[in-house]
Amino acid sequence: MNGQTWTNTRAETSEQVGEYLLEVRNLKKYFPITAGLLRHTTGYVKAVDDVSFHLRPGETLGIVGESGCGKSTTGRMIMRVLEPTSGQIVFDGQDITDLRGRALREIRPKFQMVFQDPYASLNPKMAVGEIIGEPLAVNHMGSRQQVEQRVVDLLETVGLRAEDRNRYPHEFSGGQRQRIGIARALSANPKLIVADEAVSALDVSIQSQILNLMVALRKEFNLSYIFISHNLAVVRHISDRVGVMYLGHLVEMGPKGELYRHPLHPYTEALLSAAPEPKRVGRRERIILQGDVPNPANPPQGCPFHTRCAKVMDICRIQRPELQEHVGGHFVACHLYS
Amino acid sequence: MVEPLLEIRDLRTYFIGKDVEVRAVDGIDLTVYPRQIVCIVGESGSGKSITSLSIMRLLPQPRGKIVSGQITFGGQDLLKLTEDQMTDVRGNEISMIFQEPMTALNPVLTIGDQITEVLLRHRKLNRRQAISKAVEMLQFVGVPRAAEIVHEYPHQLSGGLRQRVMIAMAMVCEPKLLIADEPTTALDVTIQAQVLELMKKMRRDFHTAIILITHDLGVVADMADHVMVMYGGQIVESVNADDLFARPLHPYTKALMESIPSLIEEKDTLYSIPGTVPDAASFPTGCRFAQRCPLAQPSCFETAPELQQMGPGHLVRCDKVGREGEGVPM
Repeated sequence: MNGQTWTNTRAETSEQVGEYLLEVRNLKKYFPITAGLLRHTTGYVKAVDDVSFHLRPGETLGIVGESGCGKSTTGRMIMRVLEPTSGQIVFDGQDITDLRGRALREIRPKFQMVFQDPYASLNPKMAVGEIIGEPLAVNHMGSRQQVEQRVVDLLETVGLRAEDRNRYPHEFSGGQRQRIGIARALSANPKLIVADEAVSALDVSIQSQILNLMVALRKEFNLSYIFISHNLAVVRHISDRVGVMYLGHLVEMGPKGELYRHPLHPYTEALLSAAPEPKRVGRRERIILQGDVPNPANPPQGCPFHTRCAKVMDICRIQRPELQEHVGGHFVACHLYS
Repeated sequence: MVEPLLEIRDLRTYFIGKDVEVRAVDGIDLTVYPRQIVCIVGESGSGKSITSLSIMRLLPQPRGKIVSGQITFGGQDLLKLTEDQMTDVRGNEISMIFQEPMTALNPVLTIGDQITEVLLRHRKLNRRQAISKAVEMLQFVGVPRAAEIVHEYPHQLSGGLRQRVMIAMAMVCEPKLLIADEPTTALDVTIQAQVLELMKKMRRDFHTAIILITHDLGVVADMADHVMVMYGGQIVESVNADDLFARPLHPYTKALMESIPSLIEEKDTLYSIPGTVPDAASFPTGCRFAQRCPLAQPSCFETAPELQQMGPGHLVRCDKVGREGEGVPM
């Protein structure tokens, strides 16, 4: 029902659908839990449960949340590497939810992904030049010479050297490998890059190099990013708008300044206060949430957060709050605001 | 004057291979007072974890070797103890918790078995007494259903609970010193906040001193009394936590602080330290940070700077920064 409200609030802009690079509508992913010899389904893990949002060209949308909140599953569904249980993904004006075979292959170069682990996401048996050129070769984009030239250009764009194309991933440091992963993502001229914890495995000094690179590339190539991370400060730095997920639901979404300065949802508030800020004076009061995130195979009735919420009311235990606009572009799913 | 609990002098831990000598820890001095929280900050390869493994004498064998130095704890040099004597210290007077609780806990032993192991080894308790002490400790660290969980296995618990179990295990003999190596790095922020709070409670209620190893300056700001910044196996800055955040002096410390995005303020571009950490198998002759340092001058590449006093209790390994209050270009 949540998505219904969302569609309504967006109704007035529906004629401008073309202004969005990506629209995700009522996206769900339920993983079946099977048991017994015949693997019959005994229940579902609702990894993503009715999530809707949009992304404008050139915009960066950050998605934050803790482990198991569904942020990576959402990213993987957008990339079409994971089939949604239901919902719609509209990319560049085209519904890509059910695209298959050739039609899907043709559009794939337009959306690419950068992964967390630069050690696991590069094929160790391929030279860097092959890794970066592969998306071009697979999609028959250009002759051999053109591909080679493009690889050299891309290496320089991401701060590596042309001669690095003949070397293998193990010869590079974590930060350099992440540059290779970014060059690969860029090679087929994508419009959208989904970056899933792209800087989380890196040391602080390397992390800032990669973040600065991603910001520069966004301008240079007019890219849009979906930047998925558990690191709130990193997400604030790189995003224009930020969505907060909890237990498969989008619980708050808004322009980053507004969301970080005036968090509305009690979960966002707790999350922001829990993240330690590297300063000694003027730190905010910390809200310490009790307990763990509930098991997504057996989520609580009503609001998914009510079991840990300090401001819980009777209605929260019965009815799930819908994501609604509170003030200009700032959406929240919480009964405190309805 | 309070007596130090732990005093390390000129510790050098090298990994010696056939043709290489990796100087992981290269001349560290460190003093920890009772009830003090000392944070060691640094990036991968800075030598912070090897420092802690050296104190525990748990270096990967056969290549890890403490080549020189003294580690004085409670009046005795830990480096001179026999392996048996060291076993009496580990888990009893000094305990350690690790980053990844799933790999640090034994998957085939129950939680109760693992906590009572230290009690049965170090305390004259029978099994029943040990179990009841374990339950008590689990309750103290905030594990729900403690009486049932002692009979469960690590895989049945969440990451946050496992880390609490590790803390219970480390604290059950009420050690004087707890070494925590990135204890919250694998945890979600809300769970990290719980675990950091718990560590403060340990210090308050058991008067435990803590060496906290982390790469996260946010955690440092939250926890530390004293901070040591490590780079290339050496300490580059050592000062109390308030001064570190108010007046960082070493160019590396300042660069680190400038590189992290903030939750509170907008930064247009982050400072980024060019290049990567030097290889510990072949450190340059001069300053180990020189090739990445914005203040580097030709002399920096020739002579290695000493750790020197730049303010009250403020040690900095750099010749190019002014003393506290003199204003530093950068």
